[in-house]
Amino acid sequence: MSDATGDHAELLRAIVAGHGDFANGLVSAVQQITGRGDQLIGVSVAKLCVEDIENLLRQKMIDANVRVIFTDLQAGSCTMAARRILRGMDDAVLVAGANLPMLLDYVFAEGRNAPEAARHAAERGRVAITAHGAGA
Amino acid sequence: MTLLLYRIDDRLLHGQVVVGWGQPLDIDFIVLVDDTVATSDWEQELYRMGVPPEMQVYFLTADDAIKAIPEYRADSRRGLLLTGDIGTMRHIVDGAKIDAVNIGGIHSGTGRVQKLRYVFLSPDEERQLRDLAAQGAKVTAQDVPGARPVSLDDLLAGAELT
Repeated sequence: MSDATGDHAELLRAIVAGHGDFANGLVSAVQQITGRGDQLIGVSVAKLCVEDIENLLRQKMIDANVRVIFTDLQAGSCTMAARRILRGMDDAVLVAGANLPMLLDYVFAEGRNAPEAARHAAERGRVAITAHGAGA
Repeated sequence: MTLLLYRIDDRLLHGQVVVGWGQPLDIDFIVLVDDTVATSDWEQELYRMGVPPEMQVYFLTADDAIKAIPEYRADSRRGLLLTGDIGTMRHIVDGAKIDAVNIGGIHSGTGRVQKLRYVFLSPDEERQLRDLAAQGAKVTAQDVPGARPVSLDDLLAGAELT
């Protein structure tokens, strides 16, 4: 449980993976806004083949005991790899199409287990998308 | 229209293909040629979920692709043919003449040496690319449409590797 001192050692963690600097960019944004960037593990896969992406993500999840992975694009290599990983990991959740509001919701999740928090964050990220101005 | 692009990409269907090339070329269908994927419903479902609903994906073995290419070339829609490795494209070119082959991404692996930011090749793969060129295919490396195509000679020489 977190407290006013910012101790959030028991709070939920997740992998964030995607194209280019997407993952580390989002993690740095979460850190800047909340100071909780350390709950997220950014993974960049630019030079890796498909098998190595899958192995890297699986190893990161095992090493950090993380069961939630956020990716950027439905058709992306990280999403494909994560879906293969989930096939043998029944307690894990993949959220494709991650955005900053989604991750902010996740790092502040309290009273939910990781899969519930991931699904809640996915919905929060979805409704956070708005369009303004011409054509409305 | 026809098949507008013949691409080798070890990630098969992913963002660069579906969005990076798919949108500017206004691609209606993708022919994914891979003997393993063509015989696995689970793999096909995995790839199909990554493409927008208006884009069709056909999964073929290399042998079936050779037979089907004339039909796809005569199709009124705009298509793209994709293989996950050089050997599969070589096999297709043995059975169906292809004028140009795009190397979109071959990533690091055992025995491979980096030739370009997104291309790593083993000696055998280098030989297969030369064979493709000898069969009349213009082979260039280009990950996304906005990038400058890299000739096969420059690719193999590692001339563009910085």
